[in-house]
Amino acid sequence: MSTVVLLLITGLGLGALYFLVASGLSLIYGLMGVLNFAHGSFLTIAAFLGWEVGRRVSDGTWWGLALSAMVGLAVGAIVAAATEYLLIRRLYERHIEQALVTVGLALASVALFEGIWGTDPIYTRKPDWLAQTTEILGAKIPNDRFLLIACALIVLGGIVLFLRRTRYGLIIRAGVENRSMVTALGIDVRRSFTIVFAIGGAAAGLGGVLASVYYGYVSAHLGSVLLIFAFIVTVIGGLGSLTGAAIASVLVAVLQQFANFYLAGTGDFVVVVALAVVLLVRPRGLLGKVA
Amino acid sequence: MSEPILRVAGLHGRIGGQQVVEDVSFEVPATGVTALLGRNGVGKTSTIKSILGLIDRTGEVHLGDTRIDRMPTHRIVQQGVGYVPEDREVFGSLTVAENLRLAERDAAPRREFIQRLFPDIHDRRAQRAGTLSGGQQQMVSLARALVNENRLLLVDEPTKGLAPRIVDEVADALAEAARTVPILLVEQNLHVIRKLAERVVVLSGGRVVFTGTASDLLDDEDRIQRFLGVHDAADPHDSTAGSAR
Repeated sequence: MSTVVLLLITGLGLGALYFLVASGLSLIYGLMGVLNFAHGSFLTIAAFLGWEVGRRVSDGTWWGLALSAMVGLAVGAIVAAATEYLLIRRLYERHIEQALVTVGLALASVALFEGIWGTDPIYTRKPDWLAQTTEILGAKIPNDRFLLIACALIVLGGIVLFLRRTRYGLIIRAGVENRSMVTALGIDVRRSFTIVFAIGGAAAGLGGVLASVYYGYVSAHLGSVLLIFAFIVTVIGGLGSLTGAAIASVLVAVLQQFANFYLAGTGDFVVVVALAVVLLVRPRGLLGKVA
Repeated sequence: MSEPILRVAGLHGRIGGQQVVEDVSFEVPATGVTALLGRNGVGKTSTIKSILGLIDRTGEVHLGDTRIDRMPTHRIVQQGVGYVPEDREVFGSLTVAENLRLAERDAAPRREFIQRLFPDIHDRRAQRAGTLSGGQQQMVSLARALVNENRLLLVDEPTKGLAPRIVDEVADALAEAARTVPILLVEQNLHVIRKLAERVVVLSGGRVVFTGTASDLLDDEDRIQRFLGVHDAADPHDSTAGSAR
């Protein structure tokens, strides 16, 4: 019983991390049709700069972590918005060029990060409580999982509120469904593209800081690793569906944890099989729109 | 005739490299309903989309004194062009109220006018548009175009696939709208055209082959047969007759 509880809550924590990356990917694809392979770079640069600021101000404390998170949010949003404005905006409706540019940016940025911070992981410190465990139904749960889950829920709630309560949110929801009709109502939908990139980048940036807490290190490849699973989550959840991304994040991460424990470390393999099954049986994903 | 509200000259439109509108020129007067007619596939919808910049196009399009063919779609609409697309294209995941709110451009949108014109959809404002009937969705689509003070409405096959009673409701709503704004109407139902249109422009093979008053066309059985491929029907609700095919 305690093992199941441990795997479940650990899976939820990992799923929270996947959601922070996948939410932006899903919104960006849903609205703009852009498969953003550079999304992991937003996460990595935010993780590095968040860590740099946090450790200089107050390493291993709640204050330092909070500052890291704020820097991560801001850096993710700014870098993502700049990427959209300077690179992607010129390439809308040119999907091959978009893919080439974002793949190129991802590869170049990893090389840049390695040049600045080195190729080895840099181990980070975190507040003492996060390094401890809390016992639930006999399972000793690492406390950082609770932080991840809480942050993902706040981000989910914030994005849902933004989408439901603001005019830009309304434009984005309509744009995900039928972009050309939004323009035919006299709305410059491109303005909302930058906002969606910024929101996605901020979520990824926060995800980067929290990933450094979860894994205990920052590295130039942090974003690349998480991006693969975020893409899987986005496809399984349904491209463009925020709720789908949230559900798929939890399903994928929990499945991964159970497979790793009960099926001799085959978590990644099982997740890829799950992706293949979804693509064969329900290509639009759990909550994606019909093509 | 007063100055036209829309002047189209040498308009060409392409979809995926294929020419779908070819050297189309016509004018829309500043009042009343002008019907854009022709058999299926002659380029009526493509002409509307070309005017709006929704497909690749070349040629000159003037709205009043303003040249709009170099503007992106949203700027053209902001000049005062309302659009009711073929197949309604309401946002199914949004509520009726959200569909209308999204369309509001003016500082003082005409909410009371919409409420009076479409009381049924006002009652359903909290309902998701995707769950409405085809007729109700058409009302939402029309309401989106009428909620602003426009200089011109482009209305594409508003009665397509609707029950006869709803066809009459849509025609009545368009007649009401036409009192205050000129309309370029793509329509297949001759009964509706006869009821609403004062002028007609007929396309064939992507080109204009006839322009004139509605009676010039509709009172001439030979022209109807030649340009639209149909016989006019005595029963306006007969779904198999009186429609251009």
